[in-house]
Amino acid sequence: MPVPILKQGDILIASVQEAMSDSDLALLRDDLTSRIGEFHSLGVMIDVSTVDVLDSFATRTLLDIAENSRLRGAKMVIVGIQPPVAIAMVKLGLILDGIPTAHDLEDGIELMRRNVGKSRQRDR
Amino acid sequence: MLERAASVTDDAITIPIEGDADIVAARLKSRQLAKQVGFTGTDLVLIATAISEITRNIVCYATGGQMTLTAVTEGRRRGITFVMRDQGPGISDVQQAMRDGFSTGKSLGLGLPGARRLMDDFQIVSSAGQGTTVTMSKWLR
Repeated sequence: MPVPILKQGDILIASVQEAMSDSDLALLRDDLTSRIGEFHSLGVMIDVSTVDVLDSFATRTLLDIAENSRLRGAKMVIVGIQPPVAIAMVKLGLILDGIPTAHDLEDGIELMRRNVGKSRQRDR
Repeated sequence: MLERAASVTDDAITIPIEGDADIVAARLKSRQLAKQVGFTGTDLVLIATAISEITRNIVCYATGGQMTLTAVTEGRRRGITFVMRDQGPGISDVQQAMRDGFSTGKSLGLGLPGARRLMDDFQIVSSAGQGTTVTMSKWLR
């Protein structure tokens, strides 16, 4: 079940579904990486608000997506990590080091606009 | 362990763990049964996450295996027990495998020690060539 990727201006938005398999996640990673180039996107937002399990494989894939995005000139933000999921991740020992997170899509877009804006000013 | 006289087990469900889709199915099934037993909120997520880690080990390191889920009543406490068994190569050094950050594959090495932290009881029996059996339980508070 592939994850639909929406384009909102400079930003790509992917909403990860509840019952994602490992290969679905790997596919999302590869899709996002190529779409960044296709649309010249400056930001990638991953919405995990309906996800009830972020285990070690999912976390590793999110870290991979962040690094792939960075290498392709885009910044990643994760939005919507639910409280029980955060508790489980901390217990597991998973660390999403260096990846900005936001409460929901709206806050994520706001954060993204600020980040992308900054990097644009720097480029000038 | 489960054969202890004091414990009463309901009917067990066994599902095959052979591929990617079985990890997702195992997560859903464990969540369903845990909910029936009476677990809520965070506990459901902790259980499903632990199941995800251990069943992935079966898919990645063994050719396949199975998971048995059972609702358990032991004296006055009620809980859920999972037995995950594979016929894979086994783990030659279980102590090492239970350490954070140790992996023979490309993973983060948090699956086994992490799953232990998510559950209340955790037992692993494995030796080279003999496959691996992980038994873990969570109890209602």
